[in-house]
Amino acid sequence: MYIDAVEEVIDALGRLPGIGPKSAQRITFHLMRLPVEDIELLTSAISLMKEKIRFCDSCFNISEQELCPICKDGQRDKGMLCVVEEPKDIIALEKTAEFRGKYHVLGGSISPIDGIGPEQLKVAELLRRIEPERIEEVIIAMNPNIEGEATAIYIARLLEPLGVKVTKIASGLPVGGDLEYADELTLGRALVGRHPVNEEYKNV
Amino acid sequence: MSLYRDQGIVLRTWKLGESDRIIVIITEENGKVRAVAKGVRKTRSKFGGRLEPTSHVALQLFRGKGELGIVTQAETIDRFQNIRSNPELFSDASAMLEVVDHVSPDQSPDPSRYKMLLGALQTLDEKSSPLLVPSFFLKLLEHEGLAPELGFCIKCLDTDNLVSISISEGGVFCNKCQRGRTISDTSIAVMRAILGGGLKQALEVKDMQTVSEIDRIASEAVEFHLERKIRSRRVMDT
Repeated sequence: MYIDAVEEVIDALGRLPGIGPKSAQRITFHLMRLPVEDIELLTSAISLMKEKIRFCDSCFNISEQELCPICKDGQRDKGMLCVVEEPKDIIALEKTAEFRGKYHVLGGSISPIDGIGPEQLKVAELLRRIEPERIEEVIIAMNPNIEGEATAIYIARLLEPLGVKVTKIASGLPVGGDLEYADELTLGRALVGRHPVNEEYKNV
Repeated sequence: MSLYRDQGIVLRTWKLGESDRIIVIITEENGKVRAVAKGVRKTRSKFGGRLEPTSHVALQLFRGKGELGIVTQAETIDRFQNIRSNPELFSDASAMLEVVDHVSPDQSPDPSRYKMLLGALQTLDEKSSPLLVPSFFLKLLEHEGLAPELGFCIKCLDTDNLVSISISEGGVFCNKCQRGRTISDTSIAVMRAILGGGLKQALEVKDMQTVSEIDRIASEAVEFHLERKIRSRRVMDT
């Protein structure tokens, strides 16, 4: 329908997550109208990112150097380690400003149906960090789905003999949500994970 | 285009777009159905937690023009708590879901296959046995008409001295016609029990040699007929 050069851009953009053919077409026509300098800025930013980005040697977060900024930060609590599935989970947790420890990115969760077991994840690397880094508490922050649960339990079992405290982020009702709309699994977990109210107001 | 209700077991899910999932469900009355569950990856989703692999759910679905339906309501019937909280059981359940997914054609109802999977998941959740998954594989193959012949030598029809089995040739061999891999008398007897109404007793077998022999044969048979590897098997064996 379009000339080849345009078709190629639409195809390439259409392969990005969340971008359908219609959005790809709209972005392409927007790019066509942009001045050359803006296009160069965009393409060089993408190439530079691809060149510079690597995984942190310690936590497997995305990084520009051997160690990511979080691993290099001497101000962070060295005894606390939060285990997450993907680097983007670190960004979500950092936004809370509640956690000042370090992270470990597993690179996914146990999903037998996709052929992903512990060997495909950075589990051995996690175990190797515990002793040398004198980790006292590991907080498991996996996605609250069946794969995340299986991974959390698997990791907790491996960490237990190492004498480290293993905790899991609480799961329950979203702030601002209505109780009546909560599904029974979430509500059940919220009940199991209940805690004394006075602890809450003492922390405020 | 219409709304319909059915119950089913979620076989697997795929991420779709920003917050949706494609859910593959084996239903009791409508066979294997693929449907979009909108917004289930958002933390405020009403039924995200109900539509995970292994979940047994009552559903309301919308049948549109295309191949994909839409999940409009989902209620949990059984969430198999033990499977959810044990990685090994989850791996076993995944292997059964994976195989059912591959043997079931889209929208071709087969209530007995559905009931077989439901029964197997219930047993796995309540009282697992090392022979549960291999038994499920053998029963499923039998249901599809693909179970290996265990009663007589498939070459000379002799019913005695059965010593080996060949999955590709479809059954056991006597000591004169011997082909394939060797198999013990106990394993043949247990496999016959599994396929011949003695499943309950067969699940009590704990002898590791027999269990691993039957496990190997059952997995090989399923993989041979599916013409693909079962990815869920062995991922937890580390």
